[in-house]
Amino acid sequence: MMASSYNAKEEDGNPSSATVHGGAGTVKNKKPDNTAFKQQRLPAWQPILTAGTVLPAFFVIGLIFIPIGIGLFVTSNNIKEFEIDYTGVDLSSPCFNCSQNYIWNSTTPCTCSVPFSLDQPFESNVFMYYGLSNFYQNHRRYVKSRDDSQLNGDLSSLKNPSKECEPYRTSENKPIAPCGAIANSLFNDTLDLYYIDPNGSRTAIPLVKKGIAWWTDKHVKFRNPAGNNLTVVFQGTSKPVNWRKPVYELDPSDSDNNGFINEDFIVWMRTAALPTFRKLYRIIQKKPNNMSPTLPRGQYILDVTYNYPVRSFEGRKRMILSTISWMGGKNPFLGIAYITVGSVCFFLGIVLLIIHHKYGNRNNNADIPN
Amino acid sequence: MFCFSERSRARPAQGLPSVLCESDRFLHGLLHSWRRAKTQSGLCSASLLFEAASTSVFQRTLRTVYIGHKEPPPGAEAYILQRYPDNRIVSSKYTLWNFIPKNLFEQFRRIANFYFLLIFLVQLIIDTPTSPVTSGLPLFFVITVTAIKQGYEDWLRHKADCSINECPVDVIQQGAVVRTESHKLRVGDIVMVREDDTFPCDLILLSSSRDDGTCYVTTASLDGESSHKTYYAVPDTMAFVTEQEVDSLHATIECEQPQPDLYKFVGRINIYKEQEEPIARPLGAENLLLRGATLKNTEHIYGVAIYTGMDTKMALNYQSKSQKRSAVEKSMNAFLIVYLCMLIGKALINTVLKYSWQWSSDHDEPWYNQRTEIDRERHVVIRAFTDFLAFMVLFNYIIPVSMYVTVEMQKFLGSYFIAWDTDMYDEDLGQGAQVNTSDLNEELGQVEYVFTDKTGTLTENCMEFIECCVDGHIYIPHAICNGQILSADHEDLFFRALCLCHTVQVKEEETVDGIKMGLHQGKPTSFYISSSPDEVALVEGMKRYLLWLNFLCVSFRFELLHVLNFDSVRRRMSVIVRSSAGENLLFCKGADSSILPRVVSGKVEQVRARVEQNAVEGLRTLCVAYRSLSPADYEEACHRLSAAKLALQDRDQRLMQAYDFIERDFTLLGATAVEDRLQEKAADTIESLHKAGMKVWVLTGDKMETAVATCYASKLFRRSTQILELTKKRTEEQSLHEVLFDLSRTVLRERSVLGLSVDCQDYGLIIDGATLSAVLKPGPESSGSGNYREIFLEICRNCSAVLCCRMAPLQKAQIVKLIKASKEHPITLAIGDGANDVSMILEAHVGIGIMGKEGRQAARNSDYAIPKFKHLKKMLLVHGHFYYIRIAELVQYFFYKNVCFIFPQFLYQFYCGFSQQPLYDTAYLTLYNISFTSLPILIYSLIEKHVSVETLKRDPSLYRDVAKNSLLCWPVFLYWTCLGLFDACIFFFGAYFLFDNTTFTSNGQMFGNWTFGTLIFTVLVFTVTLKLALDTHLWTWINHFVIWGSLLFYVIFSLLWGGIIWPFLNYQRMYYVFMQMLSSGPAWLGIILLITLSLLPDVVKKVLCRTMCPTATERAQVGPLPDRI
Repeated sequence: MMASSYNAKEEDGNPSSATVHGGAGTVKNKKPDNTAFKQQRLPAWQPILTAGTVLPAFFVIGLIFIPIGIGLFVTSNNIKEFEIDYTGVDLSSPCFNCSQNYIWNSTTPCTCSVPFSLDQPFESNVFMYYGLSNFYQNHRRYVKSRDDSQLNGDLSSLKNPSKECEPYRTSENKPIAPCGAIANSLFNDTLDLYYIDPNGSRTAIPLVKKGIAWWTDKHVKFRNPAGNNLTVVFQGTSKPVNWRKPVYELDPSDSDNNGFINEDFIVWMRTAALPTFRKLYRIIQKKPNNMSPTLPRGQYILDVTYNYPVRSFEGRKRMILSTISWMGGKNPFLGIAYITVGSVCFFLGIVLLIIHHKYGNRNNNADIPN
Repeated sequence: MFCFSERSRARPAQGLPSVLCESDRFLHGLLHSWRRAKTQSGLCSASLLFEAASTSVFQRTLRTVYIGHKEPPPGAEAYILQRYPDNRIVSSKYTLWNFIPKNLFEQFRRIANFYFLLIFLVQLIIDTPTSPVTSGLPLFFVITVTAIKQGYEDWLRHKADCSINECPVDVIQQGAVVRTESHKLRVGDIVMVREDDTFPCDLILLSSSRDDGTCYVTTASLDGESSHKTYYAVPDTMAFVTEQEVDSLHATIECEQPQPDLYKFVGRINIYKEQEEPIARPLGAENLLLRGATLKNTEHIYGVAIYTGMDTKMALNYQSKSQKRSAVEKSMNAFLIVYLCMLIGKALINTVLKYSWQWSSDHDEPWYNQRTEIDRERHVVIRAFTDFLAFMVLFNYIIPVSMYVTVEMQKFLGSYFIAWDTDMYDEDLGQGAQVNTSDLNEELGQVEYVFTDKTGTLTENCMEFIECCVDGHIYIPHAICNGQILSADHEDLFFRALCLCHTVQVKEEETVDGIKMGLHQGKPTSFYISSSPDEVALVEGMKRYLLWLNFLCVSFRFELLHVLNFDSVRRRMSVIVRSSAGENLLFCKGADSSILPRVVSGKVEQVRARVEQNAVEGLRTLCVAYRSLSPADYEEACHRLSAAKLALQDRDQRLMQAYDFIERDFTLLGATAVEDRLQEKAADTIESLHKAGMKVWVLTGDKMETAVATCYASKLFRRSTQILELTKKRTEEQSLHEVLFDLSRTVLRERSVLGLSVDCQDYGLIIDGATLSAVLKPGPESSGSGNYREIFLEICRNCSAVLCCRMAPLQKAQIVKLIKASKEHPITLAIGDGANDVSMILEAHVGIGIMGKEGRQAARNSDYAIPKFKHLKKMLLVHGHFYYIRIAELVQYFFYKNVCFIFPQFLYQFYCGFSQQPLYDTAYLTLYNISFTSLPILIYSLIEKHVSVETLKRDPSLYRDVAKNSLLCWPVFLYWTCLGLFDACIFFFGAYFLFDNTTFTSNGQMFGNWTFGTLIFTVLVFTVTLKLALDTHLWTWINHFVIWGSLLFYVIFSLLWGGIIWPFLNYQRMYYVFMQMLSSGPAWLGIILLITLSLLPDVVKKVLCRTMCPTATERAQVGPLPDRI
């Protein structure tokens, strides 16, 4: 009927008119269904957060968290970590010269040796990290300056990298492979570790350079462009401006670690979350049949091929040696936090218990005369 | 019956419908000003009117219709031909062509949509941290869904329009009936309408198949009154009963331009006959058949179309009601503004910090991270501005599109629970509650003032004749009065008066559509139908009574000469009849206040005493009086009446004057009493509303005594209530000024003495219409009278119940408006059943209509319609309460979860060189509000019940806990925001310390920034979902399903999103991030710790508040309160 046709309200972009067309035209003679849903009578569990119900939960949380926290804290304390800054800011620092006379693309690399001593022996596998400070790997312009399809071995992207790589997209009219700011700024210091025997002779410590990147990154996300010979495949592309050698010469000795699937490269390409970060550099595996520690106490020398300039942005470079437990590296935070939260819960439980006793009784008393 | 004038008041003149085009508006303005000019100068005589007609201004304010398109004879006034629309009804908003642009325009006019469009465009234009997809996709989704819904509705409207526009219509052309389609009708066409057909446009009745030129019409689909109304043809055209005759009619009609008032029409028909002067006859609303009404009991009629298409009164009446906005919406908008400021503030802070940090070029452009050439050449101001916009884009999720969508969905879906409620279903009516707008659901939980009508709302409006009193002798129908028949003259006259002075129609059973009315024991019976139930009760009572007295044997014949219709201003009606003896009598019945002052003889004192006694008992009383008219008087009366009826302008006013003149010098006959029973559980409902802290005002047109009695019966006033009177009687003794000050002193002194310690003395105020208008009247000088309003409000605020009697409909709206505008801006609710309540229903924040006996107008104009007054209790105390806590939680939670979402991003800017690096992946940014956290809150906001329905019903005072928008006030909002900020800090710094320069994998490998973000995001999703879980008091399987389902969905999605190299993405940054994170033990421990830690303060706060100072609601949750009975 006319009336009901007009009943469709003007809605003004307002999807809200629940017009139960109640115009005189439509006489609804229907009784609403008596279902639990429509009558809002669905069976339900009705928990209420009262002091009584929350109390046990607090105690339980406290009782669970505190042991976990202690466990974490002890584990973290058992982890041995050694950190040394080799930036060469101070005059006394062995790398001072290298950091001062830094020349891009110098043919003769500057090297320096940093002596240090370990007070405690490092058992089991030891992980060697390099650390950078004040380096904004999480800067937006930096993070997006990469081409994942190029890194995945896509041939068209190899020749025509993504726009995001600007201004590290082309050089000398040739596409850069790998393009982008992240690749361009690949960390290229070489770190070598020597153990100084008590008799004074230097023993090179074997550093394993594989297994430092995520397995999925190395095997799925990063792939070299198809082709048997990497040199041929990368023909027509240019090396990143700051690199000394092209990507296919990153590790000429091992074809499984060369090109885009070079693990040092992959590790670098995973941009860090914070401006002070560390990245896994090498793994020092425990000696297989020897009961002696991986890194015994004593004197060591860190040989640095100093290629990476950080002074310009007041950065720092560090080398870190760390053992690893099931919970990772040394980080007392988690343990302390667990202990704190657990204790707070326990404490709150006690407070609530008192309050519950005081007020709960009073409330009950107040209710009864009602 | 008294709908007539009230209806006209209910539609104020400024409410011109939007369909009127500008020029029409202009015309109306002219008409208006012209009328005013006329009244001022007093130029009302007919001759001057004609003169004025020749001026062009007047020409445009009137329309002239040539019946059958026949030109008037030369020599008549030269009319300027006007163009009229055809009879096409267009209710649709769009056509196929303009749908997309117009709909988009409409949608983007909403400020929220426009904001998101702006964000989207910014993302498209400048280099922003997040891809345009993140805001484009949700926006596109919302826009598309809305467009489809509106398109569908419009398509339905198109279909409805089409079927109406193409329905067949019979038109008289060249003396024959021609069948055509409705939309081809033109102004001036003569239309034939058969029985049970709907009128295709507004018609002037020319003649009908009935001999007396009348026809019966039901306007059920227009105003809901199912009674048959009689319409009349002008005597001069009555005789044209065949097609040929009608076609030969030569006449023009002058009438006003279309206006929306259904019950007002002013016009004149000029009939031209050969070699005769044209005859002019007045046309009124009783000649106008409205489109949408249906012809009944009449075989066919002929009429001439005068208003067609969008000009018809029906089309003009279906304007959209003004949108009411709820208090929750207002506070939501206030919160939005706060968040918008927060957003701009954040972006500004970050921009400033960025540029101060970048002061050294090492920070701005270290060697490893150079700008592009183009970027470098850009001016620093432009760069700063782009950065600002980029920050805006990064943080824009703090105001999510999905909040609007969720709120709309919650309101729309939630309103079904009202309609579905079987507790509010009435078996007799066969109807449950109706929801006409879903925008106000939560407002039902916020009501502070309830304005209720009395008749039909508090009372049944099912009248029963109780007794009558003639000259002080009382007659009761059921009790045999010991044959005490005083054959006094007056008694005879009294019963005659009651039998004659009414507008009741007799309806024979056969003519009514058979089944519905039911055949009573197989034999046809007759029904009395009237728009006023009092009249039916009186006439039926008379019938019974006269049967008792065996009056039936004597029959008299009276000729009905004039009916002076009832209206609510005069509050009486009269008939002028001629008896078989040739004597002219005027019978009048009406309210005592309007009859007694006009009485010159009769036993006034006895009758008055009886009337007052009856009124105290809560009966509705009417006084009956008569006046014998001498022929001279009669002539005079006739003259005045016809003069007034003929007038084109100010007809109502002139009719009033004529009635006033005629209805005087009465002889009082007696009074009647009719009982109007209280509705079932009305007292209980009022009591509950009182306990819930609402102030209940009764606004009635009834007289004070009756109304007071009803108020006592319905427990509005208690025995202990101290009644304050502000009535005419009192103001006659003292000046209004003194009375007001007296009362306010009484009220205020009491309060200052008692303070807040004890429950104050209960006050009830009684005010009548006359005093009210005196109080509200703006005085000549604002100094004194401006205060009256304030003093009056002050008194009212301190009264728990107020009774306003003798109220005109417009005064009801005035009262509502007055309270609405008072300084606390309380939320008002008006409830009523009749057309006289429409104005207050429209005025109040929430209008509730009762599907009563006086038509459906109130129900149609209301926001919610319920079958009975008692349903108001469940509506407010249960549904309103639930809706309010649901939407309050919805709004607060939405802001909370977006603070949690965005604030870590803000913090992250400090650690990424203010470079707008997003913390989360694009997919997470997009889906956070759309799918990970949307359903639990939607379901919560639909089915949450923090207390059981029974508890809410049993303990109305729980309603006070949510009063005054208490869950959306600034402290609560601040608490939620702080909670959000706290949680955000926990997420961010927790993850920060976890990541700080160390590794937490057992193979020594490192995580990057995306793992950092994903860790935070995981904690975020779990925390906000569990926070909602903590707030949920009602865990149905649906809640379990959506809460745990959402979390599961998040995990599955993340596994999938990171598990595959997605070929269509140009980045693979999420590849295996989530799985790598889960493969590390400390990440799990960290997530559990952070979730626990961020939920802890809220749990502690809840438990402490509950234990130390529990609210009534919280007490009620713990255990049912002991029964108080």
